[in-house]
Amino acid sequence: MTESGTTQPTVQEIIAALKDKPGALLPILHGIQDTLGYIPAACVPDIAAGLSLSRAEVHGVISFYHYFRDTPPGKQTIHLCRAESCQAMGAKQLEEHVKSKLGIGFHETTADGKFSLEPVYCLGNCACSPAMQIGKEIYGRVTADSFDATITTTEASA
Amino acid sequence: MSITIYVPCDSSAVSLGADRVATAIAKEAATRGLDIKLVRNGSRGMFWLEPLVEVATAKGRVAYGPVQPGDVSGLFDADFTQGAAHTLSLGLTEELDYFKKQQRLTFARIGKTDPVSLTDYVENDGYRGLKNALALSQEEIVQAVTDSGLRGRGGAAFPTGIKWKTVLNTASAQKYIICNADEGDSGTFSDRMVMEDDPFVLIEGMTIAGLAVDATQGYIYLRIEYPHACEVLNAAIATAYQEGYLGDNIQGSGKRFDLEVRLGAGAYVCGEETSLMESLEGKRGLVRFKPPLPAISGLFGQPTVVNNVISLASVPIILDKGGDYYRDFGIGRSRGTLPVQLAGNIKRPGLVELSFGLTLRELLYDFGGGSASGRPIKAVQVGGPLGAYLPEAQFDTVLDYEAFAAIWAVVGHGGIVVFDDTVNMAEMARYSMEFCKIESCGKCTPCRIGSTRGVEVMDDIINGRNLDKNIPLLRDLCDTLLNGSLCALGGMTPYPVLSALNHFPEDFGINVKATAA
Repeated sequence: MTESGTTQPTVQEIIAALKDKPGALLPILHGIQDTLGYIPAACVPDIAAGLSLSRAEVHGVISFYHYFRDTPPGKQTIHLCRAESCQAMGAKQLEEHVKSKLGIGFHETTADGKFSLEPVYCLGNCACSPAMQIGKEIYGRVTADSFDATITTTEASA
Repeated sequence: MSITIYVPCDSSAVSLGADRVATAIAKEAATRGLDIKLVRNGSRGMFWLEPLVEVATAKGRVAYGPVQPGDVSGLFDADFTQGAAHTLSLGLTEELDYFKKQQRLTFARIGKTDPVSLTDYVENDGYRGLKNALALSQEEIVQAVTDSGLRGRGGAAFPTGIKWKTVLNTASAQKYIICNADEGDSGTFSDRMVMEDDPFVLIEGMTIAGLAVDATQGYIYLRIEYPHACEVLNAAIATAYQEGYLGDNIQGSGKRFDLEVRLGAGAYVCGEETSLMESLEGKRGLVRFKPPLPAISGLFGQPTVVNNVISLASVPIILDKGGDYYRDFGIGRSRGTLPVQLAGNIKRPGLVELSFGLTLRELLYDFGGGSASGRPIKAVQVGGPLGAYLPEAQFDTVLDYEAFAAIWAVVGHGGIVVFDDTVNMAEMARYSMEFCKIESCGKCTPCRIGSTRGVEVMDDIINGRNLDKNIPLLRDLCDTLLNGSLCALGGMTPYPVLSALNHFPEDFGINVKATAA
């Protein structure tokens, strides 16, 4: 998440700070996404130049990993678990509820820009299924009601 | 005298409100003018009781749970700070049946200590293994691990000692230790617990591995889905550097070991060791051909040990108490203990560390208490999304690598996901194919194309179209995946698919009586 008012490192600074690490590409991509919320296509030539890679190689890496995104996310990203343990505790029904409540499907952002919805395959909270994550917060034993309450609180504090 | 109160900081406990409970306890104590020391410990792993609050008393730690912020004032009214009775009282934590019946070796400290306190770690037998290792030759360290019978806990169950020996015997100026912390299997959370609740044990295990094989650089490849683990590991690593447990002169020995956490980016296949190394090198996580083995040519082409979190976290106790001590637990060729994770539709989900040798039934009913819904358990999936589904008739199978292999199943990373009788196994088989399709790295055709075709065939089967043609087609496709894939993702997707088909044919629309054969 980005905070206004604080000085953020620029993409160039992130590349310069990390490019000499062995296997620097993923740390750089994380650095950019942590700062901007996504990896704009316009960054790709700079990253490629910094690491002596082709733009195709950098693009290939960004598109390989589910977590990296090339479009801006909503203010909050909701990661909803679809994996087996959560399915055993009603994740499919919860998924239907979440999609209809937000009015979006997976990989989409609400029209007001508040929430993005992403599937996730396990948050390691399988003893408290079904699980979801909003930002860095993890939620367990999520029900339709607790989901509604959570996003209302999140919306209020956002 | 100050009273010590424990509220877990484990992310599962936090997901159930542990942070709010901790805040409420601190506030209530302040209001009442009580002098308390609030410790954020790891979780005991009894998640149906989380948030589990403990109070230190002369008799031992007394447990209360599950506690919500609204219960806090009542707990103080009832004098819980003296261990007094309350409707949420559970008695002494370590006398709770679920906990008492376990054999906690790797998880010995978890739930007891403050995860990021090096003092707590050292006072509770931490760094004794490293101390011994520093006095041994490299061959002796590797021998101790070999003697312990430890096999890779990530799922492949390859003998850890043999892997280490190969790296030790491969000459190179630079070698690496990689901790595979890409715990992507649904139903598993033991790696997460180790990293969040006892990070120093992993750091110690990796340091010993580095000493053993002459590797000076370690990486923990951690999945992005574990942000809490990332924070805790980085805090613990910083402390370990400050206190001379990492860096260029470990405890004055002149030996060097550096350690860094690297984050994945949401690709299940990066839990496969060669794909993981590609990712660490900054590339797409494409699976490599083997040979060469990573032990000979791994990260950046150098000899590399790749071990799972639990494997590495089991090393300190082996070096502390000896290979024989660890080997004396377990049965057959499955030595030591396995931290089993009970998940899904189960009444008492949690972490159960025990010697190999228990039956699934004992785990599901004696520990787990049956399904959470109260309905009959129809199937369990053991070993993650690539593990077989087992029906009730196989619940007497003993937890042992070979016993599971004998029924065409896998122990894997020790996750057990429970489903009640409302599950449709054809839907689960479809999901397995879909998961393979989403997560395939795309390098080999059977996995890349086969998983897409698998979803289509399953859709036809679920809709009852042409079963006479489509069931054999599904089997044929599984045969191709099983025998033609480059790694376990494509190669093992047939396990859940075919086990579902074989054990639950009625869910696939097959009239069992008519086709009995």
